[in-house]
Amino acid sequence: MTKASIEARGDLRLTRLTKTYGDFTAVDDLTLTIPKGSFFALLGPSGCGKTTTLRMIAGLEEPTAGSIHLGETDITTTKPYQRPINTVFQNYALFPHLTIFENIAFGLRRRGQKGVKEAVDKVLNLVELPHLAERKPTQLSGGQQQRIALARAIVNRPALLLLDEPLGALDLKLRRQMQIELKWIQKEVGLTFVHVTHDQEEAMTMADTIAVMNEGHIEQMGSPADLYDNPETAYVANFLGQSNLIKGTISGNDGDSLIVDLYGQKIALPKSRSHAIDNSTYAGIRPEKFRISLLNTQTRGNVLTGGHIEDVSYIGVSTQYQVEMPWGQELMVFEQNDDGVAPFKKGDAVNISWEPTFTFALRGDEDATAGSEVEPEVLDEE
Amino acid sequence: MSQKVKDATIPTIPTGARIQRWIGRNLIRIYAIFAFTYLFIPVAYTFAFSFNDAGKSNLIWQAFTFKNWQNPCGAPEVCSALGNSIKIGFLATFFSTILGTMIAFAIGRHNFKGRSASNLLIFLPMATPEIVLGASLLSLFLVFKINPGFWPTVIAHIVFCISFVVVTVKARIASLDPRLEQAAMDLYANEFETFRRVTLPLVAPGIAGAALLAFSLSFDDFIITNFNSGTLTTFPKFIYVSAARGIPAQANVIGSAMFFLALTIVIVGQLVNRRKM
Repeated sequence: MTKASIEARGDLRLTRLTKTYGDFTAVDDLTLTIPKGSFFALLGPSGCGKTTTLRMIAGLEEPTAGSIHLGETDITTTKPYQRPINTVFQNYALFPHLTIFENIAFGLRRRGQKGVKEAVDKVLNLVELPHLAERKPTQLSGGQQQRIALARAIVNRPALLLLDEPLGALDLKLRRQMQIELKWIQKEVGLTFVHVTHDQEEAMTMADTIAVMNEGHIEQMGSPADLYDNPETAYVANFLGQSNLIKGTISGNDGDSLIVDLYGQKIALPKSRSHAIDNSTYAGIRPEKFRISLLNTQTRGNVLTGGHIEDVSYIGVSTQYQVEMPWGQELMVFEQNDDGVAPFKKGDAVNISWEPTFTFALRGDEDATAGSEVEPEVLDEE
Repeated sequence: MSQKVKDATIPTIPTGARIQRWIGRNLIRIYAIFAFTYLFIPVAYTFAFSFNDAGKSNLIWQAFTFKNWQNPCGAPEVCSALGNSIKIGFLATFFSTILGTMIAFAIGRHNFKGRSASNLLIFLPMATPEIVLGASLLSLFLVFKINPGFWPTVIAHIVFCISFVVVTVKARIASLDPRLEQAAMDLYANEFETFRRVTLPLVAPGIAGAALLAFSLSFDDFIITNFNSGTLTTFPKFIYVSAARGIPAQANVIGSAMFFLALTIVIVGQLVNRRKM
């Protein structure tokens, strides 16, 4: 066993990492640095290469090309058991023939560490399941198994903890609770977490930095707020939440703003949020940034006029409107229900307005539907 | 559900319909009782006649006695035949289980040239009529100038037991989640440790089952043994020969004892497995 690799610490660096299976490229020339101590999420739909990337980091898959460094140590060709990296598997992969205690002690025993009992007891307390030590995995509920899988990994104090869709098998309520708990545990133990998920909400809740993956490459990387408020591509705009993308032409400049012509109506948006490469563009606005007002009411900011309400759905905290614009496009608007009953009815003629700073601009040659209709993830498929 | 009963008298179900319903519910149970009766009458007969105070032949019930059970080796040669069968059975089980398990891992876990061909060929000894296999093995031994006897019988038994071991163990390996081994490797276990701590314990019930199967196949094999054992007498051969002049009651004792031993092993195995889960 190479002693150097097992003791490696530091940032994880993937350099031009590539994995091909025959003609299919799962991971395409990926270069990425994950800083030590961060909670990093790889987010993307089924088949985008996120799990393959994770398995290459764990050593369970050999890269076709490129390198993986942990700190200054090259771990590209080392075996999984030579890496200071542990994984929480999607189906937990707890050893069915061992007790919970022995499952957690497995990694410590293999490395011949002392104080196994204390370390296991401590981590069982951390995940709040000390009473289950002598049970077998099949006697535990899904949520408990999930925590034991986490405990089995973090008890080894790895340089890097990999989580492969760790909450995929849990129901919604438990998933929410575990999201908060995982984030808390990450802060508590101070390890680097790399989390693979297809669930954008889960990634946004937990990660400091998210890399959105699509067809083997990183589409955009940044903090959750960055990605949401300033997406660079239609794929990111649609995959993270919903976006209204309106075709337009950049017609002029006004200080820090660009003036964009949307089907004859002029709006402004900050230059810093424009990713257009020529005059042709898509102006993007998130549905909750819109305000609806009846025709002939005073409005501030950007205004698009001539719409009428096509559909109203009341969903408790907010009301969702479909507003049909004169050019035939239906815009999605979420209005907070902070003043009682939904004030607009189907067929009302309305204006739509919003703050110019909430607008982003994408390249005009993009596919406006990219990322919006990715098929739902089938677990266990990857 | 919330409907109220308007009439005080609840209509009764006619007797005919009740009988029909009872038969419908219990049909499988009745069928099972018949099936098990059919299966166990010969065993019960063998067991009962092990207590028969038989004279020359054990065909007609004479009187009840414990004599046979107290002295199972009473009949000439019965225990030496049993000893041979057990020795051959243990050796055949030992080697066929090891070889068969290795083949099962090779076919179940690794991709190599000729994998599907080996997968098919392993079934051949199972599919070949025993009489053909026995005769072919005998002529093979004779070509190599090996005389029939103890070791040729052991080798012949290993040959036909391997196939059964491979099939049994392979089924267990197929049901093993490969992610468990990946998890072990991820938790600092090298290839050998992963095999010893995770793979082997999880496949062990399959291997144990295969060994039991191999032993019982070897123990009661007659046809192949008859060709390859020469003058050596095994338990099935002993029964066959003595059938001409009357099977001694001691054979019933040994047969019944083997049956109960096998039953005990299966029950204990089940209990241990249930405790583990």
